[in-house]
Amino acid sequence: MQTQNFKSPVVRWIDHRLPIFSFMHHELHEYPTPKNLNYLWNLGSLAGLALVTMIVTGIILAMHYTPHVDHAFESVERIMRDVNQGWLIRYIHMNGASFFFIVVFIHIFRGLYYGSYKAPRELLWILGVLILLLMMATAFMGYVLPWGQMSFWGATVITNLFSAIPFVGESIVIWLWGGFSVDNPTLSRFFALHYLMPFLIVGVVILHIIALHRFGSNNPLGIDVNGKQDTLPFHPYYTSKDLFGAVVFLTIFASAVFFYPNYLGHPDNYIPANPLQTPAHIVPEWYFLPFYAILRAIPDKLGGVLFMFGAIAVLFILPWLDKSPVRSGRFRPIFKVFFWLLLADCVLLGWLGAKPAEGIYVILSRLATAWYFMHFLVVLPLLSYVEKTRPLPQSISTPVMGGAAMAGSAAPREKPDA
Amino acid sequence: MRKLNILTRGLSAVAGLILSGSVAFAAGAGGKIVERDWSFSGPFGNFDKASLQRGFQVYREVCSGCHGLDFIAFRNLADLGYNEAEIKAIAAEYEVEDGPNDEGEMFMRPGIPADRFPNPFANENAARAANGGAYPPDLSLMVKARPNGANYLYSLLTGYEDAPESMDVPDGMHYNSAYSGNMIAMGQPIWGDDISLAGDGDTSMEALAADVVTFLAWTSEPEMETRKRTGIAAMAFLLVMCFVSYGSMRYIWSDVKK
Amino acid sequence: MTDTAENKGRRDFIVVASNTMMAVGAAAVAYPLINQMNPAADTLALASIEVNVGALAEGQAITVKWRGKPVFIRHRTAEEIAAANDTSVDDLRDPETDADRVQKPEMLVIQGICTHLGCVPLGQKVGEIKGDFNGWFCPCHGSHYDTSGRIRKGPAPTNLEVPPYAFISDNVIKIG
Repeated sequence: MQTQNFKSPVVRWIDHRLPIFSFMHHELHEYPTPKNLNYLWNLGSLAGLALVTMIVTGIILAMHYTPHVDHAFESVERIMRDVNQGWLIRYIHMNGASFFFIVVFIHIFRGLYYGSYKAPRELLWILGVLILLLMMATAFMGYVLPWGQMSFWGATVITNLFSAIPFVGESIVIWLWGGFSVDNPTLSRFFALHYLMPFLIVGVVILHIIALHRFGSNNPLGIDVNGKQDTLPFHPYYTSKDLFGAVVFLTIFASAVFFYPNYLGHPDNYIPANPLQTPAHIVPEWYFLPFYAILRAIPDKLGGVLFMFGAIAVLFILPWLDKSPVRSGRFRPIFKVFFWLLLADCVLLGWLGAKPAEGIYVILSRLATAWYFMHFLVVLPLLSYVEKTRPLPQSISTPVMGGAAMAGSAAPREKPDA
Repeated sequence: MRKLNILTRGLSAVAGLILSGSVAFAAGAGGKIVERDWSFSGPFGNFDKASLQRGFQVYREVCSGCHGLDFIAFRNLADLGYNEAEIKAIAAEYEVEDGPNDEGEMFMRPGIPADRFPNPFANENAARAANGGAYPPDLSLMVKARPNGANYLYSLLTGYEDAPESMDVPDGMHYNSAYSGNMIAMGQPIWGDDISLAGDGDTSMEALAADVVTFLAWTSEPEMETRKRTGIAAMAFLLVMCFVSYGSMRYIWSDVKK
Repeated sequence: MTDTAENKGRRDFIVVASNTMMAVGAAAVAYPLINQMNPAADTLALASIEVNVGALAEGQAITVKWRGKPVFIRHRTAEEIAAANDTSVDDLRDPETDADRVQKPEMLVIQGICTHLGCVPLGQKVGEIKGDFNGWFCPCHGSHYDTSGRIRKGPAPTNLEVPPYAFISDNVIKIG
């Protein structure tokens, strides 16, 4: 990395010894970014914003929260009623989780459509799926902390998933609980882990960004940048665009926090946990519903658990399932149709997850689950061979069709220091 | 999932509307729910202070015999428009357990504004024993703890009817059109003209039920007025900033050739 | 768009406006994040307490908890008041007359926190060591206080503090 000539002597002095300013200049200022990114590329920075928001409000909530079965519910109500602006901080955290998932889901589907998982960005994609997994674990444990009815029964049901594991399942569940049911030891450890895991996410996010900056962003055309004429420096072009995106996001987010803070939550979680009475309809938070639908679609306990985790596991190997050399769905007429089918399938699964497991819903869940796996395991590999893709443009700055720009030939942004 | 629930419920409500042309009733969780306009609904909603005070009186004279209000302290009554002296006087009407004293005994003393409302029962078992096995739940969060809470509670309080012939209601249970399963242990709490309100307040069953629901909406969300006021300021700021940051982006991008 | 001077000016204006709004927004967000650490409403509700001293006989003392710390209330005897008044102010480390420290001479209200390093002095209960000046004695580092709670001997720099209080009736003291 080249060091910069900064004006301020203090900055220069520091940068000579610790090139932090050069690093920031290199990665946040002059970082060459494809000039044709659309608004879907805002979702990455928005996810970062959501993560920071969750960590800041979470640390504050931890200052006032008591992780004990006798006090957890009450301490949350104290935050809502007595702590200065505590209601605001808690509602931001509560709704922030939902909005974080909304942003990340859009981010993932953007990657799916534009083939952002393809070479040379496989590890970037895998790190992203790992972030999703960590987020799911974090969100699940966080939902337990208010110790309402849904907290308790959600924790009971989800931890019981592990009892499906042959031979050691029972022991694992008891180990997770620290007892013979979800109780105080469970709450304490979930609190400790819920506090820890966001920092693991930060760690993986840093790796995700390092991997991103290696080859730079993918773009709506899915072709590689050919040179300076195809890119813009990140600042001020994409900083200003990210700021605009962030403000739009915050406007939508604020309307939920201030006017409909409990819209995405469940009323039963305002009833203190009662280990002797299960609520009539228990459902997970909305962002788990597609996975919950897959779990219930399989008529076998272990099978359900395996398919549910398989739904995520299949994303890890996606770069090797879709072998088409063309990244962007824009130039893949058949893939495009299947992409929208997959999206509809996931929405359908989410809807089914909220429905009782009976009658037509079970049949639909099975069909939707089957389609989900079909898409990744059968359709994508087949399409790689049978699909006739449309001609790719020559380059980002010259939108002439008919070139033979091959994906997979991307050059790293910079050669490693010789 | 609530979003989806509401979406599907909304769709079925629309379908019902087309079929029957009736707006007043929408299907709820098992019972008949009356949809009402509340002073506190919508982004600009506020609590009607007079209704809050009447509702508080209903709670005190009707509900508080069985139902606690664990998360509300007397000092919170300032939100209802009472001044410090009035709050002190209200608090002093209650006996609160304190202690232990120098002899190690718990003792009763008059309440002070910092105290929470004392629960009518010592614990859940005592409450069940006194109510034929049913547990009168705490009311502080009731409006938030039920789907469509305000309308549901109003419908419940006004939903006591004669059971249909086909239904056999056992002793100690009561027929209620709003309650899931239509059989509830709580007897009809408000009949109309139960209490005398200051001035010439409306003491019909519907008016008293609406007042107590307003009061309970406040106990559920005492921060609601501040929240919505802050929200309007935040939205105004953010909407302006949407335009300004968009303008800023456009100007920065204006020298980029497409 | 051509980069005329006029355009440049407008461009700068909108960019500056956008950045300014970002700074204002950040400050508005910072406020609740900082303010949440201030005492909460339930803590503030106990920031002042009322104590009924009607039952406190001459010579007796009680300790009440106020804002998490002890407050000593002593119903002083005539000898104790006399002893406090007879002390020459000039000899004191922290010169203060007894009259400056009380609202009613028989009822002394002081904070029970040694001004040295924050221990709670002895002398409230019957039989406890009251120190060389018949007031209070801090066992941590040996500070002696007189019957007006003034420092007389030992390392403490100042007299025991008098909390803000008022008699709201003959027998009820409001502290805080």
